[in-house]
Amino acid sequence: MKGTNLGEFEELVLLCIAALVSDAYSVAICDELSKHTGRTVRLGIVHAVLSRLEEKGLVNSRLGEATSTRGGKRKRFYEVTHAGKAALLKAKEAREALWRIIPGFNLEGSI
Amino acid sequence: MRLFNTTPTSPHKQTGKGVIEPPRLAQRLLAWYCRTEILEDLQGDLYEYFDRNVETKGITRARLIYWIDVLKFFRLYTVREPSFTTFYIYIIMISSYFKTFKRSLVRNKLFSFINIFGLAVSISVGLLVVAFLVDLRSYDDLHAKKDRIYRVVSTYQLSTQSPMEFASTSIKAGKRIREAITGFEDLTIIRTGFYGDAQVGDNYLPLNATWADESFFKVFSFPLLKGDPATALKEPYSLILTEKTAAKLFGHAEALGKTVRFDTVNYVVTGVAADVSKFSHLRFEALVSFSTVDATVGKGDPGFYNWTNIWQNYVYLTLPENTDSQTLTTNLAGLSVQENKALKDLKIDVGLQPLKEITLGKSLSNSVGPTMKPTVIYFLGGLALVIILSACFNYMNLSIARALRRAREVGIRKIIGAPGSHIFGQFMSESVFTALLSLFFAFFFFLFLRKQFLNLDTHVSDVASLELSFKLIGYFLVLAVSVGIVAGFFPAVFFSRINALQVVKDHSKFKVFRHVNIRKGLIVLQYTLSLIFIATTIIGYRQYKGFLNFDLGFKTENILNISLQNNKSDLLIKELAEIPTVEAVSRSAMVTSVGSMQGTTIKYINPKYKTKDSAMVSLNVIDGNYLPLHQHKFVAGSNFKLRPKTGEESEIIVNEQVLKRFNIAEQNAQKAVGEQVMMDNKNLTIVGVVKDFHYGTMENKIEPVVFLYSTEMPWGSANVKIKTNDLPATMAAIENAWRKIDKVHPIKAEFYDDQIEQAYGQFEVMIKVIGFISFLAICIASLGLFGMVVFTTETRLKEISIRKVLGATEGGLIYLLSKGFLILLGIAAFIALPATYILFDKVVLTKFAYHLPMQVYEFLLPLLVLMVLAAILIGSQTLKAARSNPVKNLKTE
Repeated sequence: MKGTNLGEFEELVLLCIAALVSDAYSVAICDELSKHTGRTVRLGIVHAVLSRLEEKGLVNSRLGEATSTRGGKRKRFYEVTHAGKAALLKAKEAREALWRIIPGFNLEGSI
Repeated sequence: MRLFNTTPTSPHKQTGKGVIEPPRLAQRLLAWYCRTEILEDLQGDLYEYFDRNVETKGITRARLIYWIDVLKFFRLYTVREPSFTTFYIYIIMISSYFKTFKRSLVRNKLFSFINIFGLAVSISVGLLVVAFLVDLRSYDDLHAKKDRIYRVVSTYQLSTQSPMEFASTSIKAGKRIREAITGFEDLTIIRTGFYGDAQVGDNYLPLNATWADESFFKVFSFPLLKGDPATALKEPYSLILTEKTAAKLFGHAEALGKTVRFDTVNYVVTGVAADVSKFSHLRFEALVSFSTVDATVGKGDPGFYNWTNIWQNYVYLTLPENTDSQTLTTNLAGLSVQENKALKDLKIDVGLQPLKEITLGKSLSNSVGPTMKPTVIYFLGGLALVIILSACFNYMNLSIARALRRAREVGIRKIIGAPGSHIFGQFMSESVFTALLSLFFAFFFFLFLRKQFLNLDTHVSDVASLELSFKLIGYFLVLAVSVGIVAGFFPAVFFSRINALQVVKDHSKFKVFRHVNIRKGLIVLQYTLSLIFIATTIIGYRQYKGFLNFDLGFKTENILNISLQNNKSDLLIKELAEIPTVEAVSRSAMVTSVGSMQGTTIKYINPKYKTKDSAMVSLNVIDGNYLPLHQHKFVAGSNFKLRPKTGEESEIIVNEQVLKRFNIAEQNAQKAVGEQVMMDNKNLTIVGVVKDFHYGTMENKIEPVVFLYSTEMPWGSANVKIKTNDLPATMAAIENAWRKIDKVHPIKAEFYDDQIEQAYGQFEVMIKVIGFISFLAICIASLGLFGMVVFTTETRLKEISIRKVLGATEGGLIYLLSKGFLILLGIAAFIALPATYILFDKVVLTKFAYHLPMQVYEFLLPLLVLMVLAAILIGSQTLKAARSNPVKNLKTE
């Protein structure tokens, strides 16, 4: 069933696209993810995830303007679609619902 | 869908260090496999990363990372779907190439013939080498554990001499490994040399069997048709027959459980094994349980189980799966050190040899089954490669020479839109088609060559059968395609770089004679190789004949050596002496000068200086008639005087080298007679000194040799000197005499001269092979030269006509046309002849202690042959051109 469930990494990528607003292209997403999660994120994986997200209809993409950097190649910018936003919200709600039922935040002691 | 991507050139990034681009080949690879939708995106991303890496990690690492990334991005979601159209276009293009190939094949029949004939002949030699190699590689493939089976081999080193490597080892080594060392799965000890006459009822069959212990079938996978592999070799006097042997002994009757008598001992047949495949290094007619050895040969002989008795026993073991032999090798080295402690002046080290390296590996003494040194394969492969390359050179030369005609075709193709890569593909496929067509003819030639090759020498047909198989045909195709690629690469590059506009606009500007130096170089190379081959053949043949006719120091003419085969010799000698055409008969343990050797150690105490000295000397045990019959010359002393029984010998005859080695009586032969030496703790008096003679082959220097007297030599030979005009009658009489003595074994008799010829048989084979290859090399080179001459005269026909009209003579024209080619041949001779001389003088002939000096004619003859051949080829064509009617040539445009 496509387009409903988000994987953990997919969710992170989607959030990144949303956060980067109009500057969300593969290399930037990769850098942003590395910065926030602290783990090395491989370009190959991001590419695979982006193409999967696009296939699911959660993101849209368009080619930007040609610049002199990148060997004259255009960037492909991504933006989150409505379906993408819905999926993000759904994921967030599911998490919050779970957080809410954790009794009295006694998680602190176990950390 | 694009077939070939023309990547838009990217604006170069200017940095302080200049332009740094990712590797171009990797970029093209990416563009080739990546789907168009994401290609640009991906290229840009990788470029960005590349830039970063250049800054942080340096250019080299950045390029490497780019490559790795390009390869890593080869994923399902990035790769283009192979579309039917792409495939279809390929098919169309290839069939179009095939069409042009056919046309150009027919258009110039002479060139096509030269190409196809040359390639076919050279490929067929290549096929032969491939088939031979495949056969050798398939040895011992029948064993399930073939990759885990190892043989324990020994290195035998006397303190004063260089080490000798043996395939055999001691029984003790096998037993000690079994007891004291871990890290192997199964181990089996076998022993060769069970010869006997199997007797069933009144039926005798001489049998050559191998002793093997009960683990034999755990290590090896020889199929046992009847009997239990676990127990069949357990009890003493158990016998396993192969199917063929069983049929010979018992006919159709059941063999299992029956008894077979050897001499006085009964053996029970406990199993019937399938006949041993040709491709097994271990070959046997029957197996005898190893426990029999303990009960017979080894019984009461403590020395038999010594660490030093390494002559006839073989130990094979299997390693557990997924382990390497390293630990075991170390353990074996430890074991050797331990055992060698007890030895004086001698070291025997045991090591491992993988099963697959037994047949195709380094040659060891006492090896069982056929072996082939890898150098032989390299040698044959090298020869095949040389003539294949020669044929490829022809192809290159003729293709480029024809460039004028085909350039316009290429020009038109380019103008209507073919990129360089298409032209490249076209010419490559043409050469591959040519090679495949050649393969077709080569195959028939191979079938003929195969027969010749197997008949070269019994050794060759023993080692290989060169049977066809699907795998082999596959290799053949691979070989042909690679030859096509090699031959076509250079012309394809040449044509793909042609400037289309220039060719089509004004084709007189097109330079036909471009690359002329490369073409000349190729001709020189071909002729250099041909000359080396011919000179090698001639020198080799003369040396070989020289070996056969060398003055050995004794006479071998008309001497027939009859192998005694364990018979009492006195009776036979008596019978033989009664034949009127037999002049004299003698006996000897060894037939000398044919390569085999028997050694012993003698000691000499110098009476003057009281120094002790001992050394290895070669030995022959002979009877009283031997020396006169072979006309050995005495320097001093005389033949044996006493004729004692075995064990009571007190006399010894030595050669001059013995005196030299031990400095006996200051090397004075007269005084040396009467001196004493020690052998096996017995004092022996020197009664005679013979002139030095060749005990070994021409490869070895003359070494010290001693003769001992005996009449008991069951495994020796009777030497019969014959004087007759009716050889068949004499041979029949001798055979009659033999049959009176031995009814079971057929006579084994050979003339001494034939035996010597066999000893140098490998050289004969080598000369035949090189001779054949040089013949092919000359043929191919001549064809190539012929093609070039035809081409040159054709292109220059108009020039010749004009010269003729203006008054040039025929002779002058011939000189003009052939000058260039003759200079090339001169250069080839200038390189080849000194090279051959150095090769023989410094490398080949140094391996032979005795050889004939090289002669000038051996070098001039090949030159003459080639010059005459070339003169005929060049002369016929240039003469034709010079004589042609100039008016006709100039009128018809």
